[in-house]
Amino acid sequence: MAYPQNYRYTREHEWIEVDGKTGKIGITDYAQNSLGDIVFVESPKVGAAVKKGEVFGSVESVKAVSDLYSPITGTVIEVNEELASAPEKINTDAHASWIMKVELSDPSEVDSLLNAEDYEKFVAEETGS
Amino acid sequence: MSTPTVTPALRKTALNSVHRQLGAKMVDFGGWDMPVEYSGLIAEHMAVRTGVGLFDVSHMGDIQLRGPESLDAIQHICMNDASKLQVGQAHYSAMLYPQGTFVDDVIVHKLSDNDYLIVINAGTREKDFSWVKTNAQKFHCHVSDYSDYYTQLAIQGPKAAETLQKLTKVDLSTIKFYWFKWGTVCGLPNTLIARTGYSGEDGFEIYIPSDEATSKRVWEEVLEAGKEFGIVPCGLGARNTLRLESALSLYGHEISETINVFEAGLDRFCKLEKGPFIGSEALERVLAEGGPTRKLVGLEMVDRGIARDGYGVFDENARPIGTVVSGSPAPFLKKNIALAFIPQDYSALDRQLFVQVRNSMVKAKMVPIPFYRRPKKQS
Repeated sequence: MAYPQNYRYTREHEWIEVDGKTGKIGITDYAQNSLGDIVFVESPKVGAAVKKGEVFGSVESVKAVSDLYSPITGTVIEVNEELASAPEKINTDAHASWIMKVELSDPSEVDSLLNAEDYEKFVAEETGS
Repeated sequence: MSTPTVTPALRKTALNSVHRQLGAKMVDFGGWDMPVEYSGLIAEHMAVRTGVGLFDVSHMGDIQLRGPESLDAIQHICMNDASKLQVGQAHYSAMLYPQGTFVDDVIVHKLSDNDYLIVINAGTREKDFSWVKTNAQKFHCHVSDYSDYYTQLAIQGPKAAETLQKLTKVDLSTIKFYWFKWGTVCGLPNTLIARTGYSGEDGFEIYIPSDEATSKRVWEEVLEAGKEFGIVPCGLGARNTLRLESALSLYGHEISETINVFEAGLDRFCKLEKGPFIGSEALERVLAEGGPTRKLVGLEMVDRGIARDGYGVFDENARPIGTVVSGSPAPFLKKNIALAFIPQDYSALDRQLFVQVRNSMVKAKMVPIPFYRRPKKQS
């Protein structure tokens, strides 16, 4: 699975697609694959403040629960309601299944995130491949 | 900075490379490099409930007791009454510590008079073997560890019999649940075919030579035979959710060295009336003192939230009363279920309970176990 070039990534395996002052955030294909069948996504509420590096929700597979870490600071302006009834969409297409949309407080924060190439390297190191 | 740690090499079954070629996700399970899932846990779970699935369970151990006093040894070491077993019959049992808690749960097979096979768990293999060896010493019997000689395959699901029937001339309909026979399977003579399993479904476990070539060949032949029924290889992930729906105990969760037979709710497999055995005195004492103080119960989450192993259980006044020992979404039942230990006096009541799921208290209700019972055969 290719990691979109226009996304940025965290070492906790989230991605963000930035468009001006807003960003769509989801988890990477590597993350969905290690979690296995996803059965539950706990999203933040619209209007909630999220902070770079802090937990904004969780995603649960049959096997385990995993925290979600926000790649940036900002305010939640939309959550993907579709995932409430069909969380398995993340398994099918992780990079299209955004979890929340955030209005960024400081778009420059994005610069500190990994680009696709570095994220791929990071994953390769983590899996020892 | 992290310090390098020395981890012992993981043990592998003869099918390890087969699992890797199939793209299985592998995990360290009790020191074994085992597949946790292949195509996906839910799909594998559903295949076993509705069709058939194939598991490599070669990490399980096999201890054989032979000799004129092998039955006496088994009776001393295991809690069920093995004198009731006929040749070709097996039963669920457990080995207990003197305090009535669990060394391990086992399946005892009566191979012939004076010859018994005990199938034990992977994570407890060494402990179990030395426990049997030590405690069988005073009896005239020989204890052998045959664990490494067998590849053990579990073929589980309503289509397991039809699948395996293609590979053997033994009439499988003549093997009742928890009985076994020997026969030729995939051209291998004298293969032990047992109608046992850990999925809550009908199914078989076969014991074949553990060399890689034979193991791989039989694995592939079973997959081929089950193709028309949608057979899939299944990992430990599905094995766990299947056994949880059926409320079958897992060592380290529902049973352990700190949980006694009554607490685990396994008294129906414990025959105190057969005479003294290791652990029986302590269990008699528990009964004399009014029975166990805590009990294993089934919980079903009422509100959204998944109970996981180790989560706390609370009463309606937010008083902590117990702990979840196994919790998971149940793929077939499509509910979030859990097994938990709570005080006996609570378990007798139909009370509102809560499970602390991370930061929130989630409503749960007590339900009878097993959560899932396979439909009766229509014939």
